[in-house]
Amino acid sequence: MTLQMRAPAPSAVLHESPSMTSPAAPLVRFRDVRKNFGSLAVLKGIDLDVAPGQVVALIGRSGSGKSTALRCVNGLEKVDGGELTVCGRALHSGTVDLRELRQDVGIVFQSYNLFPHLTVEQNVTLAPRKVKRISKAEARDLAVEVLAQVGLADKAQSYPEQLSGGQQQRVAIARSLAMHPKLILFDEVTSALDPELTGEVLKVIERLAKGGMTMMLVTHEMAFARSVAHTVVFMHQGKIWESGKGEMLANPQTVELRQFVGNGL
Amino acid sequence: MLGLTIEQIAYLFRGAGWTIVLSLLGFVGGTLLGLPIALARSAHSKLARALSGALVQLVQGIPLPVIMFVVYFGISIGGFDVPALVAAGVAMTLYAGAYLGEIWKGCILAVPRTQWEAGECLALTSTQRFIFVILPQALRIAVPPTVGFLVQIVKNTSYSVVINFFDLTYSAKVINNSTFKPFTVFTIAALIYFAICFPMSLLASRFERRLHRG
Repeated sequence: MTLQMRAPAPSAVLHESPSMTSPAAPLVRFRDVRKNFGSLAVLKGIDLDVAPGQVVALIGRSGSGKSTALRCVNGLEKVDGGELTVCGRALHSGTVDLRELRQDVGIVFQSYNLFPHLTVEQNVTLAPRKVKRISKAEARDLAVEVLAQVGLADKAQSYPEQLSGGQQQRVAIARSLAMHPKLILFDEVTSALDPELTGEVLKVIERLAKGGMTMMLVTHEMAFARSVAHTVVFMHQGKIWESGKGEMLANPQTVELRQFVGNGL
Repeated sequence: MLGLTIEQIAYLFRGAGWTIVLSLLGFVGGTLLGLPIALARSAHSKLARALSGALVQLVQGIPLPVIMFVVYFGISIGGFDVPALVAAGVAMTLYAGAYLGEIWKGCILAVPRTQWEAGECLALTSTQRFIFVILPQALRIAVPPTVGFLVQIVKNTSYSVVINFFDLTYSAKVINNSTFKPFTVFTIAALIYFAICFPMSLLASRFERRLHRG
């Protein structure tokens, strides 16, 4: 095993990844994407492709830029440099209709962010009804469909506060699914949950992955990233330090990843 | 009864009736003025925030009786003869609008920012986000302080006595002038004010408890 000591990398270590062999045009395409918060450079040139049906896990320490990279994908953060194309829209151009983009790109947050004054069914169907203007009857069918996907069909009339954290997070996933997005982003969705509840949420995500949903997830669940993600991306200091299939976690090429998984696995 | 005639006591209750009328005017007018103020105070636009903020500061910086005087005599100078009820109603509207606007601004801002973000990420327009996500939550937060402020409105209508508006305080003053029983007369007035305000205070604290439980 070669041990590579790396100063800030000119190009990341690329293990074989499905995005390079997939013939389909990528849904997400980062090219030298840069992002600053004031004078702090958070993303220092990210290159990444996410093909349809692919699951990409972003891992790394706090402050490595992984959440920022994810938030750029649905326009929550503006890109300061480089090119970012999502579902055929050039986000770096600054002329993209974010409301259209967000009908294609769902996001699930660490803190669920459900609407506390609405029932589970209303949470799930608010956006389809107001944005896509579906009828009440269609909305009810839709709620049944997506709640079944997360195993909560019986909770349609409950309020978020009556549910456990894991159930709330599954509702949040169902709320994203209800828009029938092409891509779902997961921003540390299990970080606020006990290990017990983490499992039920990860199971739902795994099922979605098997169903062919394209997903990008920022996660601290190394075992999950390794088993479910087609591509694992290790970010460090605003760059993609190393990326490849899940097995790369067992065989890190860089000192930084070795130290990182050393603490995690 | 208590050295007062039935007519004199009835007169006090007529005054109390006008106190309630003026309170309702103040609340309805204050709501109509307070809503746009709350929206402007929590708006993105700096200009809207500055203008509404200036109006609030102006009204809050002037004692209510002085507002009553300014409105009453201000309109008279313009050559219009205003009934005291109209002047008092306008003054209460300004007063209640400024305070309710500030109260409701706080309620809107008390809804976590992440709720805006969640709505944004579901492709809702900013108006939809406000109406379907933020407003219902802000209203829930707003009920206790709003009901609480109603008590302030009722009590502060008594300042309309300075422009000789016939309310409970004014009628008590009149009865006292003819009976010279200030303690009896004003104690009755006090009890009537209390009877109007106390149930509202109770209601406000009940709403408050429910909010904290919920």
